Amino acid sequence: MSPSATAGLQAQPASRAGRREQLWSKAVSLILLLLVTAAMLSPLAFMVSTSLKTSKELLIYPPQLLPDAPAWGNYAELFRNGEIKFGQQYMNSLIVAVSAVVGTVLSSALVAFGFARYRTKASGFLFLLVLSTMMLPYPAIMIPQFLLFTKLGLHDSLLPLILPNFFGSAYMIFLLKQFFSTMPSELYEAGRIDGCSEFRLFWNLTLPLAGPAMATVAIFTFIGSWNDLLTPVLYLDSQENFTLPIGLASMMSSKFRLAPWNLLMAASMLTAVPIILLFAVAQRRFVEGIVLTGIK
Amino acid sequence: MKRTIGASQSRAFYAFISPWLIGFAVLTLLPILASLYYSFTDYDVIHAPAWVGLGNFRELFHDEQFWNSISVTLKYTFISVPLTLLLSLLLAILINQKVPFQGFFRTAIYFPSMISGVAMSLLFTWIFNPQAGPFNYVLSLFGMDPIPWLLDERFALWALIVMSLWGMGAGMLIFLAGLQGVPASLLEAARLDGAGRLRSFWHVTLPMISPVFLFQLIVGIIDSFQVFTQAYTITQGGPNYTTWFYVYNIYISAFKNFRYGYASAMAWLLLAAVLLITWFILKASNRFVYYEGSR
Repeated sequence: MSPSATAGLQAQPASRAGRREQLWSKAVSLILLLLVTAAMLSPLAFMVSTSLKTSKELLIYPPQLLPDAPAWGNYAELFRNGEIKFGQQYMNSLIVAVSAVVGTVLSSALVAFGFARYRTKASGFLFLLVLSTMMLPYPAIMIPQFLLFTKLGLHDSLLPLILPNFFGSAYMIFLLKQFFSTMPSELYEAGRIDGCSEFRLFWNLTLPLAGPAMATVAIFTFIGSWNDLLTPVLYLDSQENFTLPIGLASMMSSKFRLAPWNLLMAASMLTAVPIILLFAVAQRRFVEGIVLTGIK
Repeated sequence: MKRTIGASQSRAFYAFISPWLIGFAVLTLLPILASLYYSFTDYDVIHAPAWVGLGNFRELFHDEQFWNSISVTLKYTFISVPLTLLLSLLLAILINQKVPFQGFFRTAIYFPSMISGVAMSLLFTWIFNPQAGPFNYVLSLFGMDPIPWLLDERFALWALIVMSLWGMGAGMLIFLAGLQGVPASLLEAARLDGAGRLRSFWHVTLPMISPVFLFQLIVGIIDSFQVFTQAYTITQGGPNYTTWFYVYNIYISAFKNFRYGYASAMAWLLLAAVLLITWFILKASNRFVYYEGSR
């Protein structure tokens, strides 16, 4: 008892100094973080405020922080302007992203289940092949893929953006396989005894338990598809078939210059809305997914 | 949950992985081989591919635009990636000091990473606008003259590098998870051995998160080899080709100049570069496995 008490006494001054040091480092951290946060958020604040300015207010220098009266009409104008086709493009983006989610979740789950449950002579090698395609750069294969889809007559349609998602994504297969591998084999044995087919083991037993992992897959597939610019640039030619990223880019490009900056910022805001909503409802899945896979 | 081989099991295995098998064959393997073949041909889609042997590669070697695109891409990579990594690590360390409002800072710093590349590009084109943009206004408060950021050869690439810093939130989250995974017992042991905060960071924390660091470094490099959005949306490669990124060069050669063979040769070199870096990951990840196992 007594030795520990003296040790505690001796430690007292050191720990008080330590506590003071800790307090300081906390204070300094807090100030730095406040500065960084302000810097990170100010462009976005500027995006919001610009989206609500009138064309006249755009020209005022120095730039106003807040418009005199928020011009909500800018947002309506995006949908009203027949040339921009913003509403149509929003729809296209939703169609592509939702199909990509359905395709990727289903196909990746099937494949991941196959790799998690069975071991055949080739399964180890094949899984290595899956992993090796995770880092494969799309630009390295985009030209032959483009020629293939063009030959199939799918140019200027949304299908080349949708179809590839139905063949599994290496990242998602990896993520789901890790998850499925943790499921107890007793579960499957019970299922077999009850006369389940292999597919029912997958569909009725495994999938219902894999909700969180599938949600992570769904979220990141949605974001990837929603933000993709390169693929639509290759395939889509007409304004009414554009997805939002290429639509936004074409709105700004010097050739068309269809919209002034307040409309461009309003369009950018609306483009960000679904992602922000997703983040709001599923922040934990977001963080987990990023940490697990390093996807940005 | 693994099962041993039986014919029916093996059939089930291939049935389950068939989507990937088909996709891999048709959408990955075939394109890789096709693009290897095209890289030895002259191909404009209208005429059949004409075999030119190493002609494309020989031409690349003397192509000023090709070397320029490599130099632009490398310059961007070697400045933007380390800068982003170090700053995101620093931010993760700051947040990990158990500051109040931890959750708020985490969300706020990650927030800009969620906005799409194109929306972000539009926003920064406006922010860097030399006449009415707020960036020059902020600089003018510090007594600096306006800089025509995206319109000037000397500054355009730098403007894109500055812009890339708004994407460091994801890296920060990954580092934060890494830092929170460092066992408190190790840090406590270092403290009892008389190590100060800096020394225990250097000798305990940093080695523990080094696999995370390495992984992010490699992924960051591979990603920035593929920069396209900013070049396409903001600068169209200009001014005077100073932001003519490698993938943008591939895109222009193939889809604007219709030189599919020539572009395929470049695509293959990109693939080779990425393979090399991935090989480097696998090598280095031996350490990663060792670390995990020895915990």
